[in-house]
Amino acid sequence: MTDYLPRLGCLLVALLLGLGSPGSAWGQGKYMTRAGHISFFSASIMEDIEARNDKVAAVFDLSSGQIAFSVPIHDFQFKRTLMQEHFNENYMESDKYPKATFTGQLVNAAQVLKQLPGGGQNVEAEGSLTLHGVTRKAIVTGTLQLRDGQLVVFAYFNIAPADFAIDIPMLVREHIAKSVSVRINLACEALNPALVSQP
Amino acid sequence: MNQLVTKLSLLCLLLVVGVAPAAWAQADLLGQLEKETKKDEPSQVVDATFKATRLINGHTVQTPGEGTMVFLIQHRFGAINSGAYQFFGLDYAQLRLGFEYAVTDRFEVGIGRSSMLKTYDGFLKYKAIQQTTGTHAVPVSVTLFSSAAIATEQYADNIDHTLGRRTAYTYQALIARKFNSDLSLQLMPTLVHRNLVMNEGEKNDVYAMGIGGRYKLTKRFSLNAEYYYLLPGYTADHFRNSLALGVDIETGGHIFQLHVTNSPSMIEQQFITQTTGSFFKGFIYPGFNISRNFTVKQRRH
Repeated sequence: MTDYLPRLGCLLVALLLGLGSPGSAWGQGKYMTRAGHISFFSASIMEDIEARNDKVAAVFDLSSGQIAFSVPIHDFQFKRTLMQEHFNENYMESDKYPKATFTGQLVNAAQVLKQLPGGGQNVEAEGSLTLHGVTRKAIVTGTLQLRDGQLVVFAYFNIAPADFAIDIPMLVREHIAKSVSVRINLACEALNPALVSQP
Repeated sequence: MNQLVTKLSLLCLLLVVGVAPAAWAQADLLGQLEKETKKDEPSQVVDATFKATRLINGHTVQTPGEGTMVFLIQHRFGAINSGAYQFFGLDYAQLRLGFEYAVTDRFEVGIGRSSMLKTYDGFLKYKAIQQTTGTHAVPVSVTLFSSAAIATEQYADNIDHTLGRRTAYTYQALIARKFNSDLSLQLMPTLVHRNLVMNEGEKNDVYAMGIGGRYKLTKRFSLNAEYYYLLPGYTADHFRNSLALGVDIETGGHIFQLHVTNSPSMIEQQFITQTTGSFFKGFIYPGFNISRNFTVKQRRH
């Protein structure tokens, strides 16, 4: 009894330290950007709607194949200012839900990451996409490439507004596509662990 | 026994150690990302304080986006206390047609023609301060408004009605705050200058303080109210403060505003300084504004 308690205590302490200070691991093999590019396109019989946003924040953890990105909804730019206002006020309610986020994990991460130095890779990421306050499972397809020390990411997927409780009134239903296509371009810089490990 | 407990607890520990980091890292990656981006959170513009460029009769802080043209039809029926013979006001109507164009996101010009005294008006509107959130938040939006109006009605009263004397000017600072996505309030300190006044005890300059607001009941439907308090001593005694209550209904590119007000006219020089009827004695003029937005020039990406 007296023999293993201290050892158990040591283990617990080590465990707590290990879990409690993720900052120590933060930065190793991680790539990040705060100026990623995202655009979406909705094509319908009535009109095409297109918007762009270059304030995407993203982080890739190449040691584990984990991915997270965050899109500030307010920063989408439309050609028509009225569309932009309706997008924020009526559809996305961006005062209430200012960000869309994705967290996920590369499928076949180990294999992809091993081959990554050799050139561009087609990849798939599985995870959860949160948009307009609704979280759903999502699969994002795209490509990864290491180029000049940057991790270049291109991804595309479709979003159905109805899946995310985005209510489109009868009157304009013909104007907005059932499925909106989304493209993401990111050029992530390698994180220097020394710079970001402070909490 | 001791050994068994030791083994079991070690097993548990291993399980915890083995499983926890994966879950932890997943949630943590986004958490860290949010923390990183929060550091340089840019200030965010607070827009759509009101739906339209008009609250009811008066202007809001809103200017349409760059390249947008607004066509505005404003309509007021007669007073509902005018009796059955006048079909409770519906036999009678005042109309204003207006065009507005946003040269930039902040600067707008407009023209209009009202049937009341056959008045032409033109205005300039500039959003000087934009409400923002973020580290350096600005609490209010301030839009400066100035307009000139010329009444072209023909007179036979032997008073000199030359062009200069027919002209009146309005200067307003529109100060609004969007408290949340539903509630916006606006203050409107106002100066109206008339070159010619017709009544005993009237000053050429009239000061007024307006207060108004909207409360959104649904995403596309809001309740609006607007009140202009005339500072005492500048107008003749029979002029009243202007009061208006209404709703906004928004569809794709149209905004319908339905309202009741004690002011039959729709430009500042007239509804602020020349409202005669008391709202509570039935001098209520039902009316509507319809504004239609056109994108004349698309923004560059």
